Amino acid sequence: MQQEVVLAMLAKEPSHGYQLRARLNEALGPLGDDINAGQIYVTLGRLEKAGLVAIGTSDPTSERSDRKVYALTATGEERIAEWLNEVNWPRPDLAEFHLKLVTAAAARLADPIAIVGAQRRELLRRLRAAQRAALEEPAHSVAGLLLEGIVLRLQADLRWLETCEREWTERGDQ
Amino acid sequence: MTVAKTGLSATGLRKYYGKGTGLIRAVDGVDLKIEPGETVAIMGPSGCGKSTVLHLLSGLDRPSEGEMWLEGRRVDEMGERQLARLRREKVGIVFQAFHLIDELTAQENVEFPALLAGRSPKIARRRATELLDRVGLADRASHLPSALSGGQRQRVAIARALANDPVVLFADEPTGNLDSSATLEVLRLLEDLHASELTIVVVTHDERIAATADRLITMRDGIFVDETRLSGGSSGRLGSLFAVELDA
Repeated sequence: MQQEVVLAMLAKEPSHGYQLRARLNEALGPLGDDINAGQIYVTLGRLEKAGLVAIGTSDPTSERSDRKVYALTATGEERIAEWLNEVNWPRPDLAEFHLKLVTAAAARLADPIAIVGAQRRELLRRLRAAQRAALEEPAHSVAGLLLEGIVLRLQADLRWLETCEREWTERGDQ
Repeated sequence: MTVAKTGLSATGLRKYYGKGTGLIRAVDGVDLKIEPGETVAIMGPSGCGKSTVLHLLSGLDRPSEGEMWLEGRRVDEMGERQLARLRREKVGIVFQAFHLIDELTAQENVEFPALLAGRSPKIARRRATELLDRVGLADRASHLPSALSGGQRQRVAIARALANDPVVLFADEPTGNLDSSATLEVLRLLEDLHASELTIVVVTHDERIAATADRLITMRDGIFVDETRLSGGSSGRLGSLFAVELDA
């Protein structure tokens, strides 16, 4: 994800770093587990250098070590508006896998069907993991919606693999 | 061969139709062992024999060859009456087209197998009420199937399949007639039953239903061509698997 996602978590109101992390965790659910506080602070530092974020201090009497409050600058606000309106979409990288199958068949180095089979097993395990996580989310959880998207993409990938398997089996039989 | 007293197993299972040049080997030598509490999914292209395997294992049909065991009892050698009793009391079966009785309410449909098995009306009623509650349809008990959605009908059919506390639940394309939101209803229920350690064998085209299983068997031309353990084998944390990470 681009660094703008950290900036975006500030759009609601000026916040402490830990509040940003909580917002990210709520929106991402179990998928956000790998984003740690350190990465968020590093990103905030860069955003500050770029003039997108301003740092203030709240409540100097607080015991918390994390007293810094981050806020969007005017440029930061503009950046968020742009980011929201950008039309882009993650590119599915199917070509590399496709070329593996083409190579395996052409050079007879490996069986394309076996390569498809191994990939299919891995995707099914991921589907199981994502689906279980989705079912554990409470009804109407925003994180559940993201998991649903992941489940549907995996399902589409598995259907493509099924087509690959059928096609390469027929080619092998010829 | 030693036979476990629990679970379901089959060796050398075959089912042929026709003869001579018209011989069709629908199931052509299948070995299977399913532990109690395990969910196993069977996938494969249409005509690969997956439904036939399910019909053999559930006692709906008889194998041409091979042995089958359920809870330590040999199934393939049973007489008709014994087999009918096994189907009624030891297994529950769910079909793609629900097969509910249109003239009976949801409650009466679920009571029916218990009454057939000789339970008292009172016990049958109590059990049906419990089961409809379990599948989330307590408030639909007095509805006829025609007044229920597809997902609700299939949940009633699952409740009915559980009426006699079967050892194994068999499901043949349970979501084949359902749209995606109704598929999710059935999916949730299957996950819930799986968590309660019911043994489940499901034949499906739907990757999501297959992904509820501990083990996935792929069939082609009457044989098992792949067996994959799905449980416990996932390769990492969700966030890194699906690249939910900040750019460095």
